[in-house]
Amino acid sequence: MKNKLLEYGLPVGVIIGTFILWEIGGLIFKLDEFILPRPSVVFAAFLKWQHAIWPNAWQTLFTTLIGFGLAIVGGLFLGLVIGYSKLLYSALYPLLIGFNSIPKAALVPVLVIWFGIGTVPAILTAFLISFFPIVVNVATGLATLEPELQDVLRSLGASRVEIFTKVGFPRSLPYFFGSLKVAATLAFVGAVIAELGASNAGIGYLMVNASARFDVPLVFAGLLVVAAMGIALYAIFAVMERRFTAWAYRG
Amino acid sequence: MSFVELKDVTLDYASDQGITRAIEQVTLAIEQGEFVAIAGPSGCGKTTILKLVAGLLPATQGSVTVDGAAVRGPLKIVGMAFQNPTLLPWRTTLENVLLPLEIVEPHKRAYRQDARPYVQAAHTLLETVGLDGFADRQPWQLSGGMQQRTSLCRALIHEPRILLLDEPFGALDAFTREELWGVLQTLWRERGCTVILVTHDLREAVYLANTVYVMSRRPGRLISRTSVNLPRPRTLEDTFRPEFIEYVHEIRRQITEALA
Repeated sequence: MKNKLLEYGLPVGVIIGTFILWEIGGLIFKLDEFILPRPSVVFAAFLKWQHAIWPNAWQTLFTTLIGFGLAIVGGLFLGLVIGYSKLLYSALYPLLIGFNSIPKAALVPVLVIWFGIGTVPAILTAFLISFFPIVVNVATGLATLEPELQDVLRSLGASRVEIFTKVGFPRSLPYFFGSLKVAATLAFVGAVIAELGASNAGIGYLMVNASARFDVPLVFAGLLVVAAMGIALYAIFAVMERRFTAWAYRG
Repeated sequence: MSFVELKDVTLDYASDQGITRAIEQVTLAIEQGEFVAIAGPSGCGKTTILKLVAGLLPATQGSVTVDGAAVRGPLKIVGMAFQNPTLLPWRTTLENVLLPLEIVEPHKRAYRQDARPYVQAAHTLLETVGLDGFADRQPWQLSGGMQQRTSLCRALIHEPRILLLDEPFGALDAFTREELWGVLQTLWRERGCTVILVTHDLREAVYLANTVYVMSRRPGRLISRTSVNLPRPRTLEDTFRPEFIEYVHEIRRQITEALA
């Protein structure tokens, strides 16, 4: 009971503590609101601009989730393929590495040329940035399957599909969920990057507008909204991970 | 014709160092219900023989037949257990034991329709190996010896006609190992299946087997065959009797000759 309280209470306490330190620091050093607004000021800006923040937050959440959903489907598929086939693994891996080394911010202008300004570049950037960790982790989970484990099933005459459903899939689930936690936060990064330069909606767009008007508290309010959504999505996958792969954590 | 026959079997496998010959000209006949042990230095291709019989590897030369038919792929009438218990950590002990029933026909169909008799059989097996009360534990909550017992139960739940054991007690402490000799002997006597046991422990081979084969260093050849004519059931007490020790010494001598 006490441990549970600590487990859930502590992170919340740390976040509140950070805000308090920030607030106090801002007061002591008399920081200009234009440089680093205090949390109370940021929160006031949030309340003031609520009507503008909510729709834009929804837009960002929407594009992120679609991009992330595509990344899950695509990443799972490609991860399974290269995890199972050593040949495809060595064939595709350099290409994937090269692709992942490209800064996604540099791709946004290209996407704009292809699809125009709007929702599509944001979805695609979210997809591209969160796709890679899923592929790598799923592939690793499958490629590190113990050969004896497969022999047990093969000697019983199990088909490849059966070996996958009985052993390969459950064995790679912890890797999969681990990658989702990373990929979920990356997806927000991708969506906001695209919105900053090539959108007319979303938190990124709101922040660009706010900074053009030198409304720094609103810029920070936007940052905090993105952070809060990132934490929420992360928490959802952390809970799912606990539920589906409890065996990997031994109670 | 014997139940399991290997005729002039040679197996080469390709590796980074080129082609390696694992076993060479192995000829072996095993009767139904026989308990055979294959002993020899490590890396001599003992495991290869098991994989050939199980149909996991095709022979490079020679023929492997089981029950009169050439082995062309995985046989569904075998159960296997390895030195590593290879239990699935996301399943309970009972679910691990039941795994083969989800794969092997005709059990697969019957199990899907009504799991109860199979669950009952699994409980009975677990009881035989001394694991009643542990059915709902996770594998990591079991000791190494208990995991290996579970692995034995899993190898037997689908009532295989051949049990292939690859140094199943190799990683266990001496007390547990000797205790499990007795467990395995009981299971074999109850079920009457054919057993091929690969081991480097000569006392284990003499305790358990009717026939002990000795293999040479790589490429592995069979260099001797010894029939162990000791009464059953054998006990740990028996392992200290002169006739038992005589068998162990004799086989040890053959291995020393082979290595010379």
